[in-house]
Amino acid sequence: MTSSLRLRAGLVSIALLAAFLGVWHLATRSTGTAATMSPEYAKLMGLTATQGKSAMPGPLDVGAKLWEHLKRPFYDNGPNDKGLGIQLAYSIARVGTGYLLAVLVAIPLGFLIGMSPLLSKALDPFIQVLKPISPLAWMPLALYTIKDSSISAIFVIFICSIWPMLLNTVFGVASVRKEWINVARTLEVGTVRRAFTVILPAAAPTILTGMRISIGIAWLVIVAAEMLVGGTGIGYFVWNEWNNLSITNVIIAILLIGIVGMLLDQILARFTRMVTFPE
Amino acid sequence: MSDKFISIEAIAKRYPGAGGATTTVFENLWLSMARGEFACVIGHSGCGKTTVLNILAGLDAPSEGAVIVDGQAISGTSLDRAVIFQSHALLPWRTVLGNVAYAVSSKWRSWDRAKVKAHAQSFIDLVGLTGSEHKRPSELSGGMKQRVGIARALSITPKMMLMDEPFSALDALTRGTLQDEVRRICLETGQTAFMITHDVDEAIYLADKIFLMTNGPGAVLAEVVQNPLPRDRGRTDLHRHPLYYALRNHIIDFLVTRSKTFTAETPDHDPRNVPVVHIGKPGLTIASNGEEQRQTWIPGPSPGLTA
Repeated sequence: MTSSLRLRAGLVSIALLAAFLGVWHLATRSTGTAATMSPEYAKLMGLTATQGKSAMPGPLDVGAKLWEHLKRPFYDNGPNDKGLGIQLAYSIARVGTGYLLAVLVAIPLGFLIGMSPLLSKALDPFIQVLKPISPLAWMPLALYTIKDSSISAIFVIFICSIWPMLLNTVFGVASVRKEWINVARTLEVGTVRRAFTVILPAAAPTILTGMRISIGIAWLVIVAAEMLVGGTGIGYFVWNEWNNLSITNVIIAILLIGIVGMLLDQILARFTRMVTFPE
Repeated sequence: MSDKFISIEAIAKRYPGAGGATTTVFENLWLSMARGEFACVIGHSGCGKTTVLNILAGLDAPSEGAVIVDGQAISGTSLDRAVIFQSHALLPWRTVLGNVAYAVSSKWRSWDRAKVKAHAQSFIDLVGLTGSEHKRPSELSGGMKQRVGIARALSITPKMMLMDEPFSALDALTRGTLQDEVRRICLETGQTAFMITHDVDEAIYLADKIFLMTNGPGAVLAEVVQNPLPRDRGRTDLHRHPLYYALRNHIIDFLVTRSKTFTAETPDHDPRNVPVVHIGKPGLTIASNGEEQRQTWIPGPSPGLTA
């Protein structure tokens, strides 16, 4: 029953994709000769004017270009012409660094805040004010103080991914069931052992949910940040290809950003499943 | 007094209420138990039974007064006093064995893994869960979960067991089986046990002493009823004992009417010297260190009424 449902859902997905590609192809194909002009002039005007071809690339153009990229993902022809693999690797490395730094800060800090009602109340106003700030608003300050565009981008990732993790850790730690804490107390389990054997496993699903939200936000923000700082990365690639007026490459980049974002989310989803316990 | 293994002395619990007023759940509560005794507390919700148990466990601190266990005033929780929680409170990410082993390794920190496992296993066997040690709590029935709770409490070989309505969430059949097990284990190991219950029959079957508490707020310990049934009582012929109904009726009368009216009707109630009620057996008094303790006698059924 479930397998048949999955099979049917898969078929519908494929049908939808085919329909989308079909409509896309039909909407962007050449409509034949649109205007007659001398061959010299036609060469100058391009296919859009002579054959009524849309300025938007069709799925076949994108597919061909994508295949070209996939054949050579890691070439490096200087600052403005690097393979997509290299650009993605730069972005993933920035996200990974900023995100890991945020994990290292947010989880221990969240533990402390969650276990101490005093700290929780004292830090709450700061967190409430800092949380809604758009991460890109930090960029000028980061550039001014750090004086390095690449590290500034990492800082922006750090600052945007810290909040969901911090708040979820605080919430998860503070809402561990009283009875589990009481079990540890009646067994005279010390604070440190209690934190690792009761609070951490009990709060882990909530913490992992926060980490999953964070990685999503970090991946959203890196594209915008790299458009600003430039140099390398998939965000810079999108902006560079826009300046080259290569809509095909922009579409390919959009597709890859989506796929990488999905993979990052799936990895965190798998970790979440590993620590989730049935009650 | 040296024969008091547990002595609750003049404890009170107050909470700050609305508008600066304080709500007194109970005050000046005195209660004592001998070693190896099984005591049940009966009273309506809100009379502070659970608070008394939490104070005994060390999970809660009294606003006034002290609790003395084995000659020492308690402060905080202790591995000597094991708690069986109403909601079993198993750690859901650990297996049955993991839950019991957690308690064992908390008591004996230096034991190696194999020794902890063997010790935990022996208590899992004791409560009849052999074969389920690698299951998670979510895979167990309510009765099995509570068995794990009992195994966990027993595995640390405590001086006393504190049970907060341990069987109230179970069906009647499972409850009966677990009562049998708890009674057998407590008799075999000479365990001192303090149990809160709402179930009059449970109290009659298990307890040596039944504490009756009036309604809160301002609850008092009204009476200590000495269970007249023999120590080797069996579940099946319990109700045939000539004093069974006298005892049961006395407790139910208390719960239905006297728990509300007791404080008004007994203005001279001395919380330090709570009357010990013996059902239908005059002449068997509990000596209380020379102090003259007030004794109340409830007559058993006349021979003509006994079937």
